[in-house]
Amino acid sequence: MRASNEGRWANDVFSYVKRWSERLKAGALDEKKRARGANSAFSAMVKKELADYLTSWRMIILIALILLTCFGSLYTAMTTIRDALDSSEEAKEIAKGAYLFLKLFTVSDGTLPSFLTFVSFLGPLLGIALGFDAINSERNRGTLSRLMAQPIPRDYVINGKFVAALLLNAVLFFSLGLLVTALGILILGIPPTFEEFARMVCFLLLCLVYIAFWLNLGILFSVVFRQAATSALSSMAVWLFFNLFYSMIVEVFAKPFLQSDAITSVEQAVGRQELVLGLMRLSPSYLFNESTTALLSPDVRTLGIVTVEQTAGAVAAPLPFSQSLLLIWPQATALIAATLICFAIAYWLFMRQEIRASG
Amino acid sequence: MAAPAVIELDNLCKTYGDHRAVDHLSLSIQKREIFGLLGPNGAGKTTTILMMLGLTEPTSGSVRVCGIDPVRNPIEVKRKVGYLPDDVGFYHHMTGLENLLYTAALNGIPRAEAEKRAWELLEKVNLTDAARKKAGTYSRGMRQRLGLADVLMKRPEVIILDEPTLGIDPEGVRELLRLIRDLSRHEGITVLLSSHQLHHVQQICDRVGLFVGGRLLAEGNIERLAQQLFLQDAYVIHVVASPLDASLRSKIEAIPGVNKVEQTENGWDVYCQTDVSAAISQTIIEAGSSLFHLSRRDFGLDEIYHRYFEGRDVREGE
Repeated sequence: MRASNEGRWANDVFSYVKRWSERLKAGALDEKKRARGANSAFSAMVKKELADYLTSWRMIILIALILLTCFGSLYTAMTTIRDALDSSEEAKEIAKGAYLFLKLFTVSDGTLPSFLTFVSFLGPLLGIALGFDAINSERNRGTLSRLMAQPIPRDYVINGKFVAALLLNAVLFFSLGLLVTALGILILGIPPTFEEFARMVCFLLLCLVYIAFWLNLGILFSVVFRQAATSALSSMAVWLFFNLFYSMIVEVFAKPFLQSDAITSVEQAVGRQELVLGLMRLSPSYLFNESTTALLSPDVRTLGIVTVEQTAGAVAAPLPFSQSLLLIWPQATALIAATLICFAIAYWLFMRQEIRASG
Repeated sequence: MAAPAVIELDNLCKTYGDHRAVDHLSLSIQKREIFGLLGPNGAGKTTTILMMLGLTEPTSGSVRVCGIDPVRNPIEVKRKVGYLPDDVGFYHHMTGLENLLYTAALNGIPRAEAEKRAWELLEKVNLTDAARKKAGTYSRGMRQRLGLADVLMKRPEVIILDEPTLGIDPEGVRELLRLIRDLSRHEGITVLLSSHQLHHVQQICDRVGLFVGGRLLAEGNIERLAQQLFLQDAYVIHVVASPLDASLRSKIEAIPGVNKVEQTENGWDVYCQTDVSAAISQTIIEAGSSLFHLSRRDFGLDEIYHRYFEGRDVREGE
């Protein structure tokens, strides 16, 4: 009697444990399945956005423009360098030590601006074009509320757009950079050193961050403004302001400030210079220009002001890569921070907004 | 014991600043029911729907859809509920089929299965011919039908339709309403639809809620709606007889339940609390008049709606 009782008890425990383990397994499976479902939904969104970008006329035209101008500027850079190389045998020897490869990006013969100038000019345009109607077009077409009725977290919409645009940029710029490398080797016959290659990759990464900043600004305006045209115009206004007017305004302000009679000591003069430079550095395009110049021209030894005494003992030699990186560290950090802040604001606003079919 | 309700709203409130969009709304909708949320523009219908989907948070009160709280777990709710917004939009550069497949991908449905289901649904909503046309070229009616297919892609338990018949021609409306009714009858889907177009609602809804100024004034089938709103004159009986004279009128007015008698073009309208047709006919015949016609006038929603708003100023003055 007792034995059978114990047996039943053991049986109960056994079946209980079995049931639990099954339930746990099922739960884990369910969880996994759900996670996979969510992942596939996100990748489906990114895929769709990428396909949209690649098939839209706006993007095709912009990418064609970028490719055309970049190859144009590369061509002039190459002819300039080749002419210089051909002029004498000595030049070739000097060239090897002079980061000739990086010159491809920065040299121009005056007819066409350099690759760097083009990228810093057209990059923001590309970013804005990718972002300015990200959210408001969905809203205006009435697809946003339909999208929101699907079992996906709300932030997938904005994240998906950002990731797709960034992916497109990364592919575009890295393929551009590698093409330039290949052409440089083919035409100039001088392979890049590892350091040059590393500098180039860092330059491309910086380009990506810079474009991401404008992309996020575009997305931010697309969340704030209901009309795509308003958002596009405001993004362009910000871009024009920072690219053209901001430095002018700072200079107008700086002129009387720097040449004032009130300056009595060197320290004061340096302090005022530094203030003006600090103001300049509030502009992302200035930060980008500073850091890319330092990356692509190892001869640039400092980005601030230096007094004559400070340069007295310095050896006039190019900086090693690690030192150049150190030099642009604050600039790069500031650019990344600006990019993240823009995205964070856009994200926050989007998460708080009402989803209505008709605004 | 009643089965648990599919949609359960309890004292739901939503305020925007000073404006109260939804005011202490309590409502429960059973499985397989077609419920019509009826009200003028700006009554808070869309806000209520958004709260059911967890797209807007209620200020107070609770919502349960399929037993899930959409405030805490909106994604689970959206797995089970299909929502057709009032002005549904599709990606213009994609075909109707591609739009459906995209929705399927967002719901984690494998590609092969999604394609099969998409074709089935396209056939059901009669869009097979237009499946490979860009959604940008669709007419409003086609868009609405594609919207219905889109909602059904995920095999929902509940579908919520916001003004589904707005801006569609009469033939399109009939087609759409037939589809909705079929879904409810054959597939056991619970339907909640909002509208301000009365006869559309009247045609297919099992139950109707009259929703004005954020409050549910009355609910039930159309008969009950009339009784709730017009406690006094729930029935109107139209009488044609000859002769109709003052003594007959006073006799009819004396019948218990009759409130008043009004002269119309060719007879009388008798307003009463309960259905007293039998007593009226008896009275007329006993009085020696000949009765030609006696009918109970049924209230359409139109009339309910109209009479409600007509009488509202008076009622508010009381």
